[in-house]
Amino acid sequence: MQEWIYALQECLRSALASVRAHTLRSFLTVLGVIIGISSVICVFALMQGLTRSITQQFEGLGSSTLTLSAYTPLSDALRGKVNHLKPSDLEQLRYRVDGITNITPLVFAGARFGAEVRNGTNIANGQLFGTTPSYQDVNRVYPVRGRFITRQDDESRRRVVVLGEQMRKDLKLPEDPTGRFVQIGQEWFKVVGLLEPRGVVFGQNQDSILLMPYQTALAVTGVLTQQPDLWVTFSATDSDSLDDVKHRVTALMRRLHNLKQDQENDFVVQSAETIAKTISSISLTLTLVISGVVGISLLVSGVGIMNIMLVSVTERTREIGIAKALGAPRQFILIQFLIEAMVLAALGGVIGIALGYGMAFGLSKLIANSLEGFPSPTVPWWAVLGSCGFSALIGMVFGILPATKAANLVPIDALRYE
Amino acid sequence: MIELRGINKTYSLGADECRALIDVDLDLGRGEFVALTGPSGSGKSTLMNILGCLDTPSAGRYVLDGDAVDGLNEDQLARVRNRKIGFVFQNFYLMPRMSALDNVAQPLIYRGFSPASRRQRAAEALQRVGLDQRLHHKPNELSGGQRQRVAIARALVGRPDMLLADEPTGNLDSRTAQEIMTLFTELNSEGHTLVIVTHDPGIAAHCRRIIRLHDGRIVEDRGKEPTEPAVATAHT
Repeated sequence: MQEWIYALQECLRSALASVRAHTLRSFLTVLGVIIGISSVICVFALMQGLTRSITQQFEGLGSSTLTLSAYTPLSDALRGKVNHLKPSDLEQLRYRVDGITNITPLVFAGARFGAEVRNGTNIANGQLFGTTPSYQDVNRVYPVRGRFITRQDDESRRRVVVLGEQMRKDLKLPEDPTGRFVQIGQEWFKVVGLLEPRGVVFGQNQDSILLMPYQTALAVTGVLTQQPDLWVTFSATDSDSLDDVKHRVTALMRRLHNLKQDQENDFVVQSAETIAKTISSISLTLTLVISGVVGISLLVSGVGIMNIMLVSVTERTREIGIAKALGAPRQFILIQFLIEAMVLAALGGVIGIALGYGMAFGLSKLIANSLEGFPSPTVPWWAVLGSCGFSALIGMVFGILPATKAANLVPIDALRYE
Repeated sequence: MIELRGINKTYSLGADECRALIDVDLDLGRGEFVALTGPSGSGKSTLMNILGCLDTPSAGRYVLDGDAVDGLNEDQLARVRNRKIGFVFQNFYLMPRMSALDNVAQPLIYRGFSPASRRQRAAEALQRVGLDQRLHHKPNELSGGQRQRVAIARALVGRPDMLLADEPTGNLDSRTAQEIMTLFTELNSEGHTLVIVTHDPGIAAHCRRIIRLHDGRIVEDRGKEPTEPAVATAHT
């Protein structure tokens, strides 16, 4: 055992010595590996960063949360029809479907008001929503000052709002804005609470937000007669019955919307999980495609390594002959050249990982300049190990032929080789 | 210690057959100092390759140190070369990028010695050939005579049963050649068994026994000692 360790140690030392003896040649040989690995790491890092930040967002929703929103199939869109959910759909959902809780309507109040909020001469733009108290639990966002919208606010259509941190700053309201009044359109609203800051995701400031009671939103915008932009999130009381609930909601909505058997749904019921799954499956597909392309480039560079190793064996025929005359067994020569090929490829892999990470970091900085909140790259450990291992594997596979050639040399012929 | 019986070596060159060795019988005892001579093409290099287990005979029996060597596979032969034989070549055959110390230590790698013990033994061997001041020089920083001393140290380091030298002075000037032969004579008097292949009668004259080959046969065997001398070789 000990003898094997000494032998491997010696193989490694001689491999490194030989790589160092031909620095430029070694570098050019593994350039293909460097380019291949660095591009795969760069893409992985960007995709992983993106996927992670998206999944983090959806994690806030909880796995048993479902979203019901309007959906306009292509056939309807072509006829100029845009589908909406109606406030009556919400009522029906509330009373006619069992096993759901935290039913939270979200009405987009921005379009009617031009999304402009004023405090004296200070104007802020942002997302304006009408919602109910359960919004807090569904989105895991809570007030840091004052209070959230209450059921009483909603039932009596009080003109109260809860602000996001960015909205407060834009309106130049004090740190504790509760009790102040802001103007939306022609209406005045009392600020009752301030939400905890959530940061920027995909260039969208999550704190540039204003929430008011759902009924207030419907009332003040006069949307009862118009078509409000409405969607509903709700949780299944038992997360195992998610598919069941989905099924019941779909059946109810189809009935309410008078859809015939052959008609497509004009709404979608999505769970946070399915959305997250869709996104990660897209990113996985992209990653696989790019990995495939990179895999081919690594194969090509493997052939390059094989070529140089064959040259190296020929150059060192005499040395191999000497080693054999001095009693080097076949296996030793074989492993020595295999390790040399693997060291070459793995060195390329290591340089490639460093370069790829650098590239990903630089690129994400560059993108973040124009798109605020672009996530910083993440290199998962399995990608690092995988690319190192894969390049070493390439080295090993393409090192087999040269190493076998070296090991099979006949000592006296190799010694006489000029 | 060495027993060759009916050794034949035939090379096929296309349709022709070249008989390099024909029915060679030879006995070598421990501690002998033998010269293999003969004109070029006489088969002396082929005989040396067979003695050194670098080549196998086409027919015949070779017993080295009590073990039959013919019929061994390549790795078994490598093991015999590593443990029982030390080579000295005309062109030194040192590793150009390695220091004298690492060159000398090389055979011990294949025996599974630790790096520290390899260096220890290599330094001792270099000291024996008078190069203890040149441990870390590369071959191209050494003179021809010094290179050959490194090669001799490398042959000695494994404490083999027999040193085989193929024209060890062929690339050296006559003064250096004398020094190398003096070193060989000293080594022999310390108990080492030496076989030197040379075509130079002046070099062969240093040896106690001279075997002359011609056309693949032993034609002369002068100075053969009747019994093995009592001097013991250092064993590994």
